[in-house]
Amino acid sequence: MMSHEAPPRWRQHLARAAFEYAGLIAVLLGLLGGFEALIWFRSGRHFVTGDVLEMIAAQVPDSVIIAVGMTYVLILGGIDLSVGSVLALSSAVLGVMLSLSRIPLHALSLWTFAGAVAACLGVGMACGLANGFITVRWRLPSFIVTLGMLEMARGGAYLVSSSQTQYIGRAIEIVASTRLFGLPIPFVLALYIVIVGQFCLSRTVFGRYVVAIGTNEEAVRLSGIDPRPVKLAVFRLCGLLAAVAALLHTARLSSADPNAGTGYELQAIAAVVIGGTSLMGGRGSVVASFFGVLIIAVLGAGLVQLGAQEPTKRLITGGVIIAAVIADYYRRRMGKAERET
Amino acid sequence: MEPAEALLTLSGLSKAYAGPVLLDVSLDLRPGEVHALVGENGAGKTTLARIVAGLTRPDAGAMALGGQPYAPASKHDAERAGVRMVMQELNLIPNLSIAENLFLGRLPSRLGVVCNRRLRAQAREAMARVGLGGLPPDCPVRDLGVGQQQLVEIAAGLAGPCRVLILDEPTAALTEAETARLFGQIRRLAAQGAAILYISHRMEETLQIAGRITVLRDGRVVGTRVVGGAPSSREGIVDGRPSSRDPRRVDTPPTTGDTPPTGGVSMDEIIRLMVGRDLGAVHRPARAQTGAVALRVIGLSRGEAIRDVGFEVRQGELLGLAGLMGSGRTETLRAIFGADRPEAGQVFLGGSPRPARIRSPRDAVRQGIALVTEDRKQQGLLLPLPIRHNVTLARLEALAGPGGVLRGGEEEAVAQRLAQALGVQCRSVEQPVAELSGGNQQKVVMARWLYRDCRVLLLDEPTRGIDVGAKFAIYKLLSELAERGKAIVMASSDLLELLAVCDRIAVMSAGRLVATFHRGEWTQDKIMAAALSGYAASAAKAAV
Repeated sequence: MMSHEAPPRWRQHLARAAFEYAGLIAVLLGLLGGFEALIWFRSGRHFVTGDVLEMIAAQVPDSVIIAVGMTYVLILGGIDLSVGSVLALSSAVLGVMLSLSRIPLHALSLWTFAGAVAACLGVGMACGLANGFITVRWRLPSFIVTLGMLEMARGGAYLVSSSQTQYIGRAIEIVASTRLFGLPIPFVLALYIVIVGQFCLSRTVFGRYVVAIGTNEEAVRLSGIDPRPVKLAVFRLCGLLAAVAALLHTARLSSADPNAGTGYELQAIAAVVIGGTSLMGGRGSVVASFFGVLIIAVLGAGLVQLGAQEPTKRLITGGVIIAAVIADYYRRRMGKAERET
Repeated sequence: MEPAEALLTLSGLSKAYAGPVLLDVSLDLRPGEVHALVGENGAGKTTLARIVAGLTRPDAGAMALGGQPYAPASKHDAERAGVRMVMQELNLIPNLSIAENLFLGRLPSRLGVVCNRRLRAQAREAMARVGLGGLPPDCPVRDLGVGQQQLVEIAAGLAGPCRVLILDEPTAALTEAETARLFGQIRRLAAQGAAILYISHRMEETLQIAGRITVLRDGRVVGTRVVGGAPSSREGIVDGRPSSRDPRRVDTPPTTGDTPPTGGVSMDEIIRLMVGRDLGAVHRPARAQTGAVALRVIGLSRGEAIRDVGFEVRQGELLGLAGLMGSGRTETLRAIFGADRPEAGQVFLGGSPRPARIRSPRDAVRQGIALVTEDRKQQGLLLPLPIRHNVTLARLEALAGPGGVLRGGEEEAVAQRLAQALGVQCRSVEQPVAELSGGNQQKVVMARWLYRDCRVLLLDEPTRGIDVGAKFAIYKLLSELAERGKAIVMASSDLLELLAVCDRIAVMSAGRLVATFHRGEWTQDKIMAAALSGYAASAAKAAV
């Protein structure tokens, strides 16, 4: 029996979620509105058009998926700097396997395709596993371990591809161009991963352990839980998601570039931090990271429309990252004051 | 009256944190005297020392140094006035060299460039004084053993000009020879007219080095005694000239450890002063010990910290673990729990003839052992997370369906039920634990293990830093758990509390379990004497 005062559980959750993300959604809408006004004022054109939204939806999936993995690693109290390089390596493996088959592309068998995709995902997962294993086994800071992996995976990408961009063509374009519910498949996939990622984080034992370890690993250990397998799993997940992003990235460009993904790790960290996840671990949200990616993407698109050059773009993006962290500081302080009264 | 003579006078010092720590403490230090401060753990010795050294400000009271008002705002202030302290915990910077640690903050320099040659020379001199002359001054401190680090700490204290030197448990990690050398330095300083406040729980040492001993209990001064003279009631002191007070002290070395050169005051008397509290109505009849053995420990050893510790606990029994700080209680509990790997020893559970395989806390918990750690903030709680998360952490899988998905409603109900049962004062179980008081935080830790439902409960200082109300709630809970057949081992520095709640008390001293007392046969004096016995024995051995 539901009492009259208490709304159903899902509505409570929804209300809490809306409140939780209200700030980020407001920033996002503010940016869209601001750019719309500015661009209308300057050139009489619209900013918020189907084309622009379409472009953003096509661009963000790989960043979103990487940001999901990064969110987990940061909540755990670690960091993964290797995601960009792992993306390039996975992409190179995919590209080489598809072009090695030497079959006319229209006759490319489903099996070859599936094998190449599996290899691509496997390589990503293996890199993540190596990151996790080394970090856990020798109790090293993940910053250093994944910095090493950043170099190694990039080197691997050049080796595998002989430093050549592998053109793949139509076979893989299909992945990027097919639509589901009127949205490009990669975007739908990214949304799905965000939702599942958030659910696992807040509603499963695994997610609870991740947050707990990021908060106080020793307390978790002394509660009779071995933190090592959890940490291993998180790094493996991050590597796997980098490979999924590689798949979408390759599909979008119809080719595998060994230089792909340079700087993605910092972009992902920026997006996650804008979403309010703590670099110290123990606090964060996958959905918030998703909004973080969107904010960076809209900012970039808007500045391009305004005619800003790359240097200006980077100056402003950097400023937004710092402003986001400062805003988060005040938001938390207000929350604390509110709870204390 | 002696204020004309006193170098440092403390009058009416009080300090409270959660509860009162120091209450109206008055004390005077005379030039050239070694004044020992003794008392049980938590009696307020260290707090008093920190106030004198400028690390803590008193809530009330005043100090005077050489007749001038003295109110240091910082350690720096105190040092400028000539008051230096060697602290109990090591405060060295591991990656810096010995020399740099010794002269940190006053490195010899010219135009901002450190003058290494002068630094090294000064360091060698300071190191030679404490017997570290054999080490290169450039050696990083992290490469030193604990004893050597302690000597560096002492050397740093001795290195500057000093009128008052405070030593807080300086010998905890020192060998006999090192201690003897330290005493030589202390006497040299005293002979130069400095006043020394010496804090230690090693009674032998105190009686060897000190001219007067002041006993603190529950934050109050309960008495000051002159070593080798008459008890120093205020009017009893006629002349206090340090040089004439006790000439034997300097001349005659102690013959053996167990017969210290005391005239006026005995070790027994000091112990009586330390523990003599009114027990009131805490006595209760012992529970009938009919339960089966739940936990048996044999020959547990780990380095210097625990040596060949063995005991057993029955179902429904509450065993107390008494001992001084550093006697190995915490280490014993951690070793049983698998938090630290013991070097030797076996743990038997529930009467099983085969030793339990416990290599990690995870193994221990799976076999029904729980540990409530000494430091709940660092090792127990997830402070920023809600009470609900903290309570269910150790048994989340019981609340999970397929795929590890948590049943949120059930989890909330569990947390609410336990929080209510233990009387955790909170707005809701969603409140972060960081916002709770110490007592309520401890209840949350207890709730976690109640939910896990372990057969053996190990508790390390479960009532440290919590208010009286919460203490009694914890005692009541422990009694109920014992009634329900749990085996409980509780380590505590508060002897009164052990006397009140335990069925048996095992006493640890210097890493060994030296005595076990049943309810009815124990007295505070006996327990205190046992707690000190390990240190006396080691001193005697070294002297032979």
